[in-house]
Amino acid sequence: MLNVKGLTKRFGGLAAVNNVDADFEKGKITAIIGPNGAGKTTFFNLVAGTHKPTSGKILFQGKEINAMRADLVARLGIARTFQTTHLFENASVFDNIIVGHRLRTHSGFWDVMVNSRRLRNEEQICRKRAMEVLDFVGLADLAPRITADISQEARKRVAFALAMATDPEMVLLDEPAGGVNPDETVGLSELIKKMVVHGYTVGLIEHKMDMIMGIADKIIVLDHGEKIAEGSPAEVRSNPLVIEAYLGSEHAAA
Amino acid sequence: MKYLVQKGGWLILLLLCVAFPLVSSNDYQLYVMSLAFIWAIAASGLNLVTGFTGQLNLAHGGFMAIGAYTLGVLTVDYGVPFWIAFLLSGAVSAFIGYFVGIVSLRLKEHYFAIFTLCVGFILYLLIEKWEALTHGTSGVIGVPAPPPIGPVSFESAISQYYLVLFLLVVSLFLMHRIVTSLLGRTFIAIRNSEELAEALGINLMRNKVLSFVLSTFFAGIAGGMFAGFVRFIGPDIAHVMHTFDMITFMLVGGIGTLLGPIVGTLLVTWLTQSLQFLQDFRMIVFGPLLVLLVIFFPHGLVGSYKIWQVKRAAKRAAEAQQAGTPIQSKSRIETNASGEGVGEEARSNA
Ligand SMILES: Nc1ncnc2c1ncn2[C@@H]1O[C@H](COP(=O)(O)OP(=O)(O)OP(=O)(O)O)[C@@H](O)[C@H]1O
Ligand SMILES: [Mg+2]
Repeated sequence: MLNVKGLTKRFGGLAAVNNVDADFEKGKITAIIGPNGAGKTTFFNLVAGTHKPTSGKILFQGKEINAMRADLVARLGIARTFQTTHLFENASVFDNIIVGHRLRTHSGFWDVMVNSRRLRNEEQICRKRAMEVLDFVGLADLAPRITADISQEARKRVAFALAMATDPEMVLLDEPAGGVNPDETVGLSELIKKMVVHGYTVGLIEHKMDMIMGIADKIIVLDHGEKIAEGSPAEVRSNPLVIEAYLGSEHAAA
Repeated sequence: MKYLVQKGGWLILLLLCVAFPLVSSNDYQLYVMSLAFIWAIAASGLNLVTGFTGQLNLAHGGFMAIGAYTLGVLTVDYGVPFWIAFLLSGAVSAFIGYFVGIVSLRLKEHYFAIFTLCVGFILYLLIEKWEALTHGTSGVIGVPAPPPIGPVSFESAISQYYLVLFLLVVSLFLMHRIVTSLLGRTFIAIRNSEELAEALGINLMRNKVLSFVLSTFFAGIAGGMFAGFVRFIGPDIAHVMHTFDMITFMLVGGIGTLLGPIVGTLLVTWLTQSLQFLQDFRMIVFGPLLVLLVIFFPHGLVGSYKIWQVKRAAKRAAEAQQAGTPIQSKSRIETNASGEGVGEEARSNA
């Protein structure tokens, strides 16, 4: 589904992502792990078009998307969540989601001026889609709540729902379990598995090893921007390079 | 009936405005009010690009000036009929707005604001120095008043008052359509987080430019009406001070709400009027009042009210759920990003 070859991103002298090859298979969960600052988020930013790669190739469903604008990448079917979700706090959860389907609508300024039938239809479609995805992530009951009042875990689910409202083929999740408790992490794992069952392809960045080891089909390990290992959870777990990268970084942090 | 309750604030305000000439004691009050309406139209335009789309445009007063000069110069120097010139005042402002927009919107946040501040100053200088076109510092004198449309003439202060009020109502109606539609949601998403909006497939540049152009259109027609109302325009109207005035109106009433800029404009205008007797000392009273307002109503009057309303609705929904009563049918969930009634719209259209 997504194939990355020799992907490199330099910020000044720093190679945040350095010559990384990676393949994300359709209908699978591919995880990216690595110590803080390893380049995981940057990798997603490159794929999603937020940053332009310094060099390398990104193919999505066989189509080259290097340096394509982020909104066009979203249209092609890659949705993403962010490490921190910026929701509109003073609006209801439902209102936050509606705009997620906007990219699949066509109403423009003149539709708005004359309040065209197309606009009214598309508004209904966006609302319907919003309710569907909220239902999917298990937040139907929270739909009318003020976003500022919902829990951290619910916010993560809202972010999932927003991504799904865009009707993507593939969803990139950046630390979806960051800042939620272990029980809730299990719930989010379930949700990710459910997404795969429903045909989504998932790219996942996460620090929580239990979660990754439990649900990933494949793990890619980054360290200082380079891919140092790749394989099934079992393979990665026993890889000495990986162990060293993690221990090393913990020593450095300590 | 429910509709009436929900639109209550609007109706009361409209009725007050319609009835105002009956209770006002002299033409001067009508004049002040009409002028406030004109500023409210411009402030409402600024609110679209700044309050709803998150782009602080400090050249807004400059675009109002473009509208005013378009009408003034076309009618006085080129004999263009008033109403055609009036439409052109919006069009010319939007046209120039487009080119300013595609350049300035490449910059983000403070850089955009500072750039537009410069644009506003350049517009001011252009107007002041380009004497062949604008009459320079002497300004455009003898701008015609709005001529009659069919049997309706606009000679008396009261008829001009209703003309300007009509224009304000039409502007707000259009603004309401914009901000409560998918387009408005798109703008709000951009204000909320450009990064997220882009990831949701929203073309940032195109939507920001559209919002910018629309806001300059409103500035333009407000400027055109200003010229036809005051009958004289000088370079001062392009002064950046006016942009800051409009920002004050917006903040007092509630930035990012439809009604906020209107309420803010009217309130601040009358406050300034009633403090007139203090002359230059009025700022000593006005300043602290403004500070108090910002402390107690950080989202402006209308904004704070809207947030309270949305919170109450959410609380009720939560209580209803806990009580086990089924929540309203799914498509009926209300409240919305702009804080205005999209819910009802969509339903009554459905
Ligand atoms: N926009 C940017 N400009 C300059 N440097 C950046 C930028 N984004 C990231 N970097 C740098 O690139 C490196 C990789 O950052 P990245 O955010 O990709 O790490 P990460 O693996 O996601 O870390 P974490 O687990 O903490 O989220 C870091 O050293 C970071 O400082
Ligand atoms: Mg990261």
